[in-house]
Amino acid sequence: MALPTTTRPGPTATVGLGVRLPRSLHPLAWWAWALGLLVAASRTTNPVLLGMILGVLALVVAARRPEAAWAGAFSAALRLGLVVIIARTLMQVVLGDPIGLHVAFTLPQVALPEFMAGVRLGGLVTWESVLVGATEGLRLATMLVCVGAANSLTPPSRLLRSVPAALYEIGVAVVVALTFAPHLLADARRVSAARRLRGHDEGRISAFARSSGPVLDGGLERSIQLAAAMDSRGYGRAGQVSDHERRTQAGLVLAGFVGVLLGLYGLFDSAAPRLLGWPMLALGAIVAVAGLRAAGRRSPRTAYRPDRWQWPEWLTALVGALTAITFILWPSSALLLSTTPLAWPELSVVPALTVLMALGPAFWTPPLPSSAIPSTSGGTR
Amino acid sequence: MTSAVRFEDVSVTYDGADRPTLHRVTLDIPEGELVLVVGETGSGKSTLLRCLNGLVPHFTGGTLSGRVTVAGRDTRTHPPRELADIVGLVGQDPLAGFVAEIVEDELAYGMECLGIAPDTMRRRVEETLDLLGLADLRNRPLTALSGGQRQRVAIGAALTSHPRILVLDEPTSALDPGAAEEVLAALQRLVHDLGITVVMAEHRLERVVQYADQVLVVSGGQVTTGTPAAMMAGAPVAPPVVELGRLAGWDPLPLSVRDARRAAGPLRAQLRALPPPADPTPAAVEPRTTEDPESGRIRVRRLRAGYRSVPVLREVDLEVERGEVLALMGRNGAGKSTLLSVMAGMRPADAGTVRMGGADPVTLKGHALLSTVGLVPQEPADLLYATTVGRECGDADASARAAVGTTAGILSALAPGIDASRHPRDLSEGQRLALALAVVLAASPTILLLDEPTRGLDYGAKRRLIAFLRTVRRAGHTVVLATHDVELVAEVASRVAVIADGEIVADGATGTVVRSSPLFAPQVAKILTPGPWLTVGEVADALQESG
Repeated sequence: MALPTTTRPGPTATVGLGVRLPRSLHPLAWWAWALGLLVAASRTTNPVLLGMILGVLALVVAARRPEAAWAGAFSAALRLGLVVIIARTLMQVVLGDPIGLHVAFTLPQVALPEFMAGVRLGGLVTWESVLVGATEGLRLATMLVCVGAANSLTPPSRLLRSVPAALYEIGVAVVVALTFAPHLLADARRVSAARRLRGHDEGRISAFARSSGPVLDGGLERSIQLAAAMDSRGYGRAGQVSDHERRTQAGLVLAGFVGVLLGLYGLFDSAAPRLLGWPMLALGAIVAVAGLRAAGRRSPRTAYRPDRWQWPEWLTALVGALTAITFILWPSSALLLSTTPLAWPELSVVPALTVLMALGPAFWTPPLPSSAIPSTSGGTR
Repeated sequence: MTSAVRFEDVSVTYDGADRPTLHRVTLDIPEGELVLVVGETGSGKSTLLRCLNGLVPHFTGGTLSGRVTVAGRDTRTHPPRELADIVGLVGQDPLAGFVAEIVEDELAYGMECLGIAPDTMRRRVEETLDLLGLADLRNRPLTALSGGQRQRVAIGAALTSHPRILVLDEPTSALDPGAAEEVLAALQRLVHDLGITVVMAEHRLERVVQYADQVLVVSGGQVTTGTPAAMMAGAPVAPPVVELGRLAGWDPLPLSVRDARRAAGPLRAQLRALPPPADPTPAAVEPRTTEDPESGRIRVRRLRAGYRSVPVLREVDLEVERGEVLALMGRNGAGKSTLLSVMAGMRPADAGTVRMGGADPVTLKGHALLSTVGLVPQEPADLLYATTVGRECGDADASARAAVGTTAGILSALAPGIDASRHPRDLSEGQRLALALAVVLAASPTILLLDEPTRGLDYGAKRRLIAFLRTVRRAGHTVVLATHDVELVAEVASRVAVIADGEIVADGATGTVVRSSPLFAPQVAKILTPGPWLTVGEVADALQESG
């Protein structure tokens, strides 16, 4: 494979700018890149473009995925995506109105009571509606996989480092809650396996249900232990801030967010007064940022080896943004698959090229730091 | 000498408890000492430790009267987070207390909370990585570490904030002998090189008592303090080295193998003339001629097993005869638990055959499984799911098709006096193990598998377990136990197999295997080598017989 891998510091580790040191890319850069592709995917139903986006995601993830607990998020998202495609197609076939002329087969139609007139269940199925269902499903699935890719490229706890200091404690709570679920699942597996040792041979599901008590007990106990450990290590230490100051800052942040929400509402609802659109959004953003900054300055926390934002970060985020903008500005007729009449998907060159460009991060981002034992102790092997 | 910690007339009563957990404790811990806290499970050791950084009462609730001062700060007015810069706490289960995902971030977490300048943080992380020998692991995910590595990371994470007092709750109880030595050596360095005060609770006295400057004995909420030698002379339970010293009448009482060996010259000479201890072969097993000859035998051939792509066991061959007690030893993560779970049929073998009493354990179900193989897992609570001890016993009787009261009978022999209406989770570690053992033994399995049975057990509970395992063995059960506890192995095992890197690297009679390795040798063997003695009991018997 021509892709640079984490274990092979070959010629790909140098890109004209001298030897690049292994480090993790800034998590926000990965998110910007993945969200750019997500926006692009949301604008098209062309299976070729969607397939290209999926391919780009897979290649970049393969090249730059760290060895962490979240690395499995990508394959999980792929599996979920498959389920979404199937479900969406089934829904279209069973519930949707038939589109087009190419009849595939006929399902038995369920007669529905009077008050549900307009809802159809079963009946004629056309190839067109199968296609619409499948491509719509593919679009949703691709968007899901974008999020999965971002999660597996940068674990949520790393994203936490980039959260403004004022929101840090909320962020920790969210991340702890996120890691609680995988732990619980591991416990559940262990406990239901142990049930066999007690001579219980019920099915998997009822074993799961019966063991839920001990599993939840264990999870709760672990959470309490974690809370005690965090408290002992200084989580939530107050800086030199008076209650009055803290309240003002919290008020500012809250007001700012409300402003942003109102602004977004104004943008999307055409009936809303103009003033509620961009001006409100901007005002809200300014107030929120000011509040966060003020609160952040007072926070006693410091950051250990904060992620740096350098040219690979700029490039990665830029590529993502460029892809998104291209797909937003490009006429949607060229991006949507034509189903009436049925036609082979046509490929517009420019959107396709921007998607290919999004493959770039696999090459220009720095290689990952190796978590294997370095040669100092592994040299004897 | 300034005092690092001072307790003045401290009593702690938890909400709903009818008597105080700590009662009128007054003590003084000078700076730079290594203090060992000992006592039975449930005696209030953990409460005492948690008083040191204010978790009691700020986090746990309850009422604290009197005054605890840590480096001059009163814990009544300082919650744990405000004491984080002077007290570092390492809990019993390090994994449960980890906040970050990789080693380096975990080490920095406490400093980030304290707001230490970035360049200082960077330097301290590097220093700590070196101090604890973690430099190679800096980018490893915390979940991928072995037990000893986790414990060192947890200690390191507490150290980076440069606390003046380090508090550890059973830092070596889950570790293999090698990893335990690593951790204790690191603690020694901290005390001697940096002058940190270390307060540590530990059941495995044989590992730590020689390092202590002061011993606190917690019993029934009362605390007595003294030098290790003074406390050990009168203690009802003591490590083998001390018991041997008492038996031989050595004065001063030795606390380390080194001191004992120097005093043991005459004893060694006296013992040389005596016959070696009887080899504990399964001769005493009652014959069961009517039964299937395969009953109680274990046959493992060319076994391979693993998790996804990682092979844990490769090519394991093992045969165990009926009535043998086999101890599986080896470092954390060597594959002991995997081997036991394959033997119990909890996971299939990737290749090779496993026969337990002639049957493939994966195919056994329900009562057939219960009467053939019983496994007590590392976390005995996994086996328990009823809401009271009484109901748990009733369930076990029913699924074992045993007479009502069988389980309760075994339980009261193992750990007398457990209230049947209590929740299994509220029991002490030793009581919970006893309950799980009773539940498994109710069906009278011909083969009993135990995974780390002495983790978290105090000496009293351990002694009862040893006596019980001996009766189980006399009744003709085959026992396989995976353990790090060399003293337990010396007491009960007839054979030892050492697993390393998924293969059995040594297999033979306990005396031979255990004495050939300094890491696995029990203290008595180290003191009396080249003599064949392994336990204080054997020496006492031999001396008695010779008059």
